[in-house]
Amino acid sequence: MSRPSNILIANGHLIDPANGIDDTRDLYVVAGLVQGVGQPPAGFQPDLTIDATGLVVCPGLIDLSARPRESGQEHKATLTSETRAAAKGGITTFCCPPDTDPVIDTPAMATLVRKRSERIGYARLLPVGALTQGLEGNQLSEMAALQQAGCIAFSNAEYPLANTLVERRALEYAATFNLTVMLRPEDRHLRDSGCVHEGPVASRLGLPGIPEAAETVATARDLALAEHTGCRIHFRGLSTGTAVRMLAQAQNQRLDVSADVAVHQLHLTEMDVEGFDSNCHVNPPLRGLSDRDTLRSGISQGIIGAICSDHQPHEPEAKEAPFPSTRPGISGLETLLPLTLRLVQEGVLTLPQAIARLTSGPADILGLNYGRLGPGSTADICIFDPARHWQLRKPDLYSAGYNTPFLDWDFTGQVTHTLLEGVIVYEAD
Amino acid sequence: MSMPNIQLNAEGRLKHFLTIDGFGRELLTQILDAAESFTGVSERTVKTVPLLRGKVICNLFFETSTRTRTAFEVAAKRLSADVLNLNIGTSATTKGETLLDTLRNLEAMHVDMFVVRHQDSGAAHFIARHAAPHVNVINAGDGRHAHPTQAMLDMFTIRRHKGEFTGLRVAIVGDILHSRVARSQILALNTLGTSEVRVIAPRTLLPTDARTLGVHVFHDLEQGIRDVDVIIVLPLQKERMQSALLPSEHEYFRLYGLTEERLKAAKKDAIVMHPGPINRGVELDSEVADGPRSMILQQVSFGIAIRMVVMSMAIGSQGAATR
Repeated sequence: MSRPSNILIANGHLIDPANGIDDTRDLYVVAGLVQGVGQPPAGFQPDLTIDATGLVVCPGLIDLSARPRESGQEHKATLTSETRAAAKGGITTFCCPPDTDPVIDTPAMATLVRKRSERIGYARLLPVGALTQGLEGNQLSEMAALQQAGCIAFSNAEYPLANTLVERRALEYAATFNLTVMLRPEDRHLRDSGCVHEGPVASRLGLPGIPEAAETVATARDLALAEHTGCRIHFRGLSTGTAVRMLAQAQNQRLDVSADVAVHQLHLTEMDVEGFDSNCHVNPPLRGLSDRDTLRSGISQGIIGAICSDHQPHEPEAKEAPFPSTRPGISGLETLLPLTLRLVQEGVLTLPQAIARLTSGPADILGLNYGRLGPGSTADICIFDPARHWQLRKPDLYSAGYNTPFLDWDFTGQVTHTLLEGVIVYEAD
Repeated sequence: MSMPNIQLNAEGRLKHFLTIDGFGRELLTQILDAAESFTGVSERTVKTVPLLRGKVICNLFFETSTRTRTAFEVAAKRLSADVLNLNIGTSATTKGETLLDTLRNLEAMHVDMFVVRHQDSGAAHFIARHAAPHVNVINAGDGRHAHPTQAMLDMFTIRRHKGEFTGLRVAIVGDILHSRVARSQILALNTLGTSEVRVIAPRTLLPTDARTLGVHVFHDLEQGIRDVDVIIVLPLQKERMQSALLPSEHEYFRLYGLTEERLKAAKKDAIVMHPGPINRGVELDSEVADGPRSMILQQVSFGIAIRMVVMSMAIGSQGAATR
């Protein structure tokens, strides 16, 4: 990693949705901050010039959910491998869910993962604190202390609260300190032992299904409690069209609620589970075509404010078993941008919209200052070649997890440079 | 979206027998025709043919089974193959060894064919995909997904008694949701051109969008079996009461239990089938189970012939090209 102080990113197509810029502008970086857009700051002398002719320059991507697996599951991946993969994918900031081992329910643990990724230096890790101690759903975690230790939001990860009274108290307590709570809308009883969308494919393959109602029942409950408690909630990973419509209605009623979607949900459906492809075993499950289309329209209308990778790298053994016995999740850091650009190519989003859902959108959900490139902003920058054709191949992955159904897919658009606080953390050959 | 059929080899011949899905009418008919010739073998004094002499067939059962495992064992022995029986409780793999490791170990013992039963849907596909190229895999039941040899022996029984499938009405009664047998039967019946396949069950025992499986859905037993030629009764497991799918065995029998009285709604010459094990007084009245229309024991003996056919066809497909 080279550390020149003054960097000129010249002739790039700057897309900065937060500042409404979609034009050719030079970008001037001084000591880790953006100090000039279009116009150099006084006396600027570049130590380094990046020729961005024909390239898109945008804020570094913000991923609302990525699991580096460290601490506790280093046999799957490490902070080093996964933050490098993030940098390769143009991601400069990612939220780490609290289901590490040990759980992020103490300030020490929050500090540990944060500091450790800071030392490694490829990407910024923002810890999400556990909403309840040990994610057990009984006792509240020390949210105020966790916030001081750097937790930017609170969630119970993949263990949605079963007890509505505990959920009410957790939301009330979080609201006291103006904290954002991320909820995975899922009713665990309705989910039961399901592993795929309850629909025609599950019926035919005889795989235990997860009904849509597992998400919609929980969404209704969570929205009611958000309204009751006044807590700011964020739905982590929607999968059903009905939940998108419920969310839109709640937003129309001025409820402070947001949502994200995992990028694979915008491309794959239950049909991809055919042939028992365990790389398509994800939670929430891949649903029907109409759900995918409603999610796409939710993203284009801004009802869903962010697209995330929901990165879950696994060791090969976790996916090498009969489908129901495999672990859910996709290794997704390196396909977040290309799959989002594909939505532009398919006419679902405009390019600035796509960039917004990956930068200012997630930043606004968490009230972060990142994800924008105005003068004075932190110089987290992603530069990509929007025309470069490439194919996702296993040996090219930086992530330790090869579990992706997108291997051998052809993409257009690839990251050429990633800068974190003005430091080049990734540069393509 | 159709997947490349891993059940066929490069020449389009049967390599693995995992599901009825993807097979055409010709192949299924070919299996039924071949089974006709094998039924004779069981009635001879010397009950073996030397088709698979020197081959090692491994019954790999992760779920307990007596009837199916025995049927496969008898079939393999009649074909003169050597048989290994492995009953791996579900705990053995959870204790450490992965399914893939178990498979590799057995392959190292030069097994030619795996007959697999597993509690997970898709397990047989998984094993077929990871097995060495010369190994054949036969699905003896995977989760709720498929039990294709059972379905084929049922088709054989139907054809013996009813001739052609065109023009037939077949009703399947009971727990369709959890039944791999029903899924395979529905596929086989439709592939063979059955005029109407019906399923009869309360909503809790039906998959969502059941009609997409290619069936007519009934909730009333007498309506459902009206004018049918064949009634297939599925076993009802006791767990269904605990998981709030049904109130009681008593109510189930009252609504869906097949009795002589109810059977009057079906055609006069309708036959009754059941894949076993039967729960008398739950899904089937003893009078019907032991009555003249019951084909239950015939199904069992036809099962041997079907398994002999499938095993010999699969191993036979290896030919000189691959070995």
